[in-house]
Amino acid sequence: MILRSKDLIGLEDLSREEILTILEAAEAFRTIFDRPVRKVPIMRGRTVVNFFVEPSTRTRISFELAEKRLSADIVNFDASNSSLKKGETLRDTAENIQAMKIDMIVVRHSSPGAAAYLGRVLKASVINAGDGAHEHPTQGLLDIMTMRQRLGDLAGRKVTIIGDIAQSRVARSNIYGLTKLGAEVTVCGPPTMVPAAIARLGATVEHDLKRAVADADVLNILRIQLERQSQMVFPGNREYHLMFGVTEEVLRHTKPSCFVMHPGPMNRDVEISSAVADGPRQVILEQVTNGVAVRMAVIYLLSGGDPRQLGGGARTGVREEE
Amino acid sequence: MEWSWKRIPAEYLVANVRLCRDGKLADRPGFLHVQKGLVAALGPGAPSREDLPVLDGGGLVCAPGLVDVHVHFREPGQEEKETIATGSRSAAAGGFTAVVTMPNTRPPVDHAPMVRYILDRAQETGLCRVFPTAAISRGQEGETLTEFGDLVKAGAVGFTDDGRPVMHGKLMQFALQYARVLGVPVTCHAEDLTLAGKGVMHAGYWSTKLGLAGLPRLAEDVMVFRDVELARATGGHLHVAHVSTKGTVEIIRRAREQGVHVTAEVTPHHLTLDHSCCRDFSPLYKMSPPLREQEDIEAVTQGLVDGVLDCVATDHAPHTAMEKELMFDQAPFGVVGLETALAVCHTHLVRTGRLSLGQLMEKMSSRAAETYGLPCGRLEEGGEADFLLFDPDEEWTVQPEALRSMSRNTPYGGHKLAGRVKATFLRGRPTYRDGE
Repeated sequence: MILRSKDLIGLEDLSREEILTILEAAEAFRTIFDRPVRKVPIMRGRTVVNFFVEPSTRTRISFELAEKRLSADIVNFDASNSSLKKGETLRDTAENIQAMKIDMIVVRHSSPGAAAYLGRVLKASVINAGDGAHEHPTQGLLDIMTMRQRLGDLAGRKVTIIGDIAQSRVARSNIYGLTKLGAEVTVCGPPTMVPAAIARLGATVEHDLKRAVADADVLNILRIQLERQSQMVFPGNREYHLMFGVTEEVLRHTKPSCFVMHPGPMNRDVEISSAVADGPRQVILEQVTNGVAVRMAVIYLLSGGDPRQLGGGARTGVREEE
Repeated sequence: MEWSWKRIPAEYLVANVRLCRDGKLADRPGFLHVQKGLVAALGPGAPSREDLPVLDGGGLVCAPGLVDVHVHFREPGQEEKETIATGSRSAAAGGFTAVVTMPNTRPPVDHAPMVRYILDRAQETGLCRVFPTAAISRGQEGETLTEFGDLVKAGAVGFTDDGRPVMHGKLMQFALQYARVLGVPVTCHAEDLTLAGKGVMHAGYWSTKLGLAGLPRLAEDVMVFRDVELARATGGHLHVAHVSTKGTVEIIRRAREQGVHVTAEVTPHHLTLDHSCCRDFSPLYKMSPPLREQEDIEAVTQGLVDGVLDCVATDHAPHTAMEKELMFDQAPFGVVGLETALAVCHTHLVRTGRLSLGQLMEKMSSRAAETYGLPCGRLEEGGEADFLLFDPDEEWTVQPEALRSMSRNTPYGGHKLAGRVKATFLRGRPTYRDGE
C-alpha cells in the first residue's frame, strides 16, 4: 500500500499498515549503505526544501543525507537569516517557497501544529521534522525500526520511555507508533515532567524508575532540557541523575536482553551515565544510521514511490546511481 | 400610519411584539410606545392611539437592549483591530445598547482624560452606550494605584487591569478599599501568572496530546480565592471576569452564601465550547481563560442558571487576521463575540431548556447592568427606549466575513445558530437592522 496522506505530520495519523510499509522500505534502503556508491536516482529532478526554523544538527544532517542519497535537489533554509526574523509570517514564507515550485518540504519548528498548518496551506508534501512538543514522526519510526531489528515483532514487548515526557515530541511519536504495533509503553519521570493525561494517549505512568524498567525490553531515554531547571521543573542535575538517571546499577534491574536507546543529544551523567552511553547495551548509533534509511523511505513513499518496487527491491533491484 | 426606517419619527408605536421584561416573556402580543427616545407606555394588547406611526413587530420578541460588561474596543492604540465606532456597530448588530469597555488600550486608561476621550468618541458614534472602566494600576503595571476618585468623576464605572491579573495582593486589597468608598466594583482577571506559566490552552488531555503548554484551572481558582478573601476583608465589591472553571463557580457560590459582595460573568464561549476545539491548532480557539472541559461547561452553565454567575459577557477581543494566522502558541489570546452572543446562548441554553428566553434576556440586560450599577438594561415606562427585536425561530449560519466588527476572529464561523437579532434601538432610534 502507499501512504494515504501527501504529508507526514505524526505517527498518530498513520495506520499500523502504513508504519510497517515505511519500515519495510527503510530496511530496503538500509542495504544501500553497504554499497560502495550509497546513492540511487529515485528523486532525480525533484526538489526538497529543508525548512528548519528551529536549530537542529542531527535531524537536519540526517534528512539532507537521505535526500542526497535519493539524488534530490535540495535547498537548505537557514532560519537565522530568513525573513521570519524580519517579522514575516509562516504562511507568507511558505507561500513564497511554494511559488518556487518545489516538491517536498521538511519542516522543523518550535510551534506545535506548524507542520500540520503547512500541510494544509501547501500543495507540496510536508514532512514534520519536529514541531514543538507535539510529534517527531521520523524519530519515532527510526526508534521503532531499531527495536524491530533487535526484537522482531513488537507485539507484547514493553518499552519504557524515561525523561521529560511533557516536553517530548519523541515520546508522543513513540507512544502512538509503538502502541499501534502492539507494544506496551510505560513512561517514567518526575511528576512535574509527566502530565497525567499522557495515560490517555495509551501509556502507563510510573514514577519509580526501578519498577518502570523491571520487565522492559527497551529503555528509551529522553534528553533533559537543562534550561528547564531554572523553571523549577526539577531540583537539579544531581537530583535528577539520582532519581531518574539510567546507570549500570539501574540496568541490573532489567532483563539481561534489555537494550538502551537515546534520541540524542545526550547529557552524559544526567539522564544517562557515560558507562551506559558507551556500554554494550546501547544501540544509539544504530538509531542514527537507521534515521537516514527511515527518512529515505518516507521521502520515497510520499513522492509516490511504490513500495513493491523495493520489495527485495532495494536489496537487489534499486538501480545504483551511475 | 406607515413607519419609515429612513425617517424616524419622534413618536411612534411598535405593535404586535412579545414583550420580554423582568425575566418573563409575554405570551400574547403587546406594544411599545416610544416618545422622544423614552418609553411612553408599553403593555399587552394593542395601543389605544391610532394617530401614531406604527411599526408592525410581526410577533417578534421585544426585549431591553443587551448590556455587555466586558468588551475590548482597542481605541486608542490598536485601531487596526477595532475602534469605538466599529465596536459600537458590532454591539448594535448583536442587540447590545450598552457596553463596558476594558482599559487595556495603548496607552491604558489610567488617567481621567483617557476616560473622557472614550466617552467623547462613543458619543460621536452614537450607536451604543459606552461605559469605560479604568486601570487599577498605572500603566497596568501592577505597582501603583491610579487616581480612583478622579477617574470615577470622569466617568469610569469600575476598575480592572483586565488582560493581566493584579499579582500584588496588597495592591488588590487597596483597590477594593478605594473602590468601595467610591461605590464601584473592582474586576479581577483571575490568573496566577506563576501557575499559568507559558500556558496557551487548558492544561489537560488536549494540551498533552498537542504538545502545547497548559493553563491549569488552579491558576484561576487560586486567584479568585485570594480576591474573594480580600473582598470579604475589605467589604469591597469584587466582580470576577470570565469565569471558566468549576472550582471558581464553587468559590463564588460559597462566598455569596456567606455575604461577600461578589458578582461574576461568564462568556458564551466558556458556556458552549471545550478544549477539544483546539485539536487542529487553530488560534481562533485561543482565549484567556482557555476553553476548558465538559465538567467546567456544566459548572458554569449551572452557575448561570442558579444565579451564582450573574450575567453573560462576551469578552469581545478583536485581533487582526494576520495575528490569528500565527501559530497557536504565538497568536494572541481572544475572540470576538458581540454579534453571536445572544444567538449562541439562545441556541445552547434556551433551546436546551436550561433557561427560559426571559431569563436569558434578563441575564444579558438588567442583571448585567446591575453588576456595575449601570443606569440601563430595563424596559419600563419613563425609561430610555433601548430595545431590540429578536426572532427566536430564525436559524442562521455564522459567516465571519459578514461581521460588523473590524475583526473576524470568531470561534463560531460555520456554526448553525437559532435566533437572530432583527433590529436594535438606542434612545428610540434604530442602530441596527437585519439585512442592512
